[in-house]
Amino acid sequence: MKALLVRDLMLAIRAGGGFGLGLSFFLIVTVLVPFGVGPQTELLSRIAPGILWIGALLACLLSLDRILALDWEDGSLDLLATAPLPMEGIVSIKALAHWITTGLPLVLAAPVLGVLLSLPIPAYQWVVISLAVGTPALSVIGTFGAALTVGIKRGGLLMSLLVLPLYVPTLIFGAEVARRGAEGLTVQAPLLLLAGISFGVIALLPFASAAVLRINLR
Amino acid sequence: MSFWEYANPVKFIRTTDKVLPWVWALTGISLVTGLVWGFFFTPDDFRQGSTVKIIYIHVPSALMAINAWLMMLVASLIWIVRRHHVSALAARAAAPVGAVMTLIALATGAFWGQPMWGTWWAWDPRLTSFLILFLFYLGYMALWEAIENDDTAADLTSILCLVGSVFAILSRYAVNFWNQGLHQGATLSLDKEENISDVFWFPLLVCIAGFVLLFIALVFLRTQTEIRARRTRALLAREGQA
Repeated sequence: MKALLVRDLMLAIRAGGGFGLGLSFFLIVTVLVPFGVGPQTELLSRIAPGILWIGALLACLLSLDRILALDWEDGSLDLLATAPLPMEGIVSIKALAHWITTGLPLVLAAPVLGVLLSLPIPAYQWVVISLAVGTPALSVIGTFGAALTVGIKRGGLLMSLLVLPLYVPTLIFGAEVARRGAEGLTVQAPLLLLAGISFGVIALLPFASAAVLRINLR
Repeated sequence: MSFWEYANPVKFIRTTDKVLPWVWALTGISLVTGLVWGFFFTPDDFRQGSTVKIIYIHVPSALMAINAWLMMLVASLIWIVRRHHVSALAARAAAPVGAVMTLIALATGAFWGQPMWGTWWAWDPRLTSFLILFLFYLGYMALWEAIENDDTAADLTSILCLVGSVFAILSRYAVNFWNQGLHQGATLSLDKEENISDVFWFPLLVCIAGFVLLFIALVFLRTQTEIRARRTRALLAREGQA
């Protein structure tokens, strides 16, 4: 399992685009928003938590097809399937690798981009915390979407259509934590619900992803 | 005589062929009765005026939008557990019908909301969750279309249906949390006293029955079509080999 994780991380770093691409996409979305809505500070600081969440979500989505598609194409997924590792373990590791290469950098970059959007000071910690709690769920759900569409040529658009509705609850609670944090309200309820979603999908969804992957490899 | 006999496509087509004319006839009768009764022979509401009559389409279609997904869920489970092809095809056949019901519910709601709430659309929990439900239908249908192998498509879509159901329910409650609603609470209920006047209630019941029957008829018909289309493809493939 560790070997697989190391291999995936190495591939992401050396093949390029793993760390950098999602992060630059996040940056570009954040830069484009003020162009779209205007540079007024009050407006930006009000929508900043939501923008950061949407940006992180889209950046996650963009990199999903890298989770499985490359391994599918060169056949290493077949090899992994015959390895002694259970399929559930493989998809969990894949999701973890995706989170380390995409989710974690997003969490770390969010405060920096918050400056660009004049995020209110009390919101910084809550944006970071909500992203840290929520992005694992995004990676795990995304792995399910990637497993569903792995056998389809040019499945990227279809995968977005399948995955985005599944992201709704995570986005709602995550953005709610950040928004309430920005307004100085108590964040306990949405934060606990967000954590509940994350833990729930981490515990259960790998089984669905593994089942789907087995069907696709059949 | 077991229920599973109808998993045999031949038996399914023969039975539904016999039943379908009756279902269509009953659908027609109840829809015409319910709608005519509702539109022309019920009084205008004291506050809502004649817009209240949109209820006769809005409520049944909204009910069927949710129940169609439930039916797909059950059919998907049957496919996963017992691998009856008719079940998978019935789930496939129900999806577009459910999607259209969702659209009808959203559209009639918008037509009613414009004069009553003063807006076509509000980010109300019920409205939002219906929009999300519509997205789930779209994704489900797109996945069916995208995969060439029939069995793989049936497997993948049924798992998507199961996972989607969980997330649809999650979204429903998440959306509740996120925004307070304009939409009134449940009016109809099975176990509590109705808070709708009998004048509107009886034609509404007839309309609901009509929509249920319409859904059944459409799903039967579409499932038959799917079975026949698959049979045709199998025959063509055999011809091609010979």
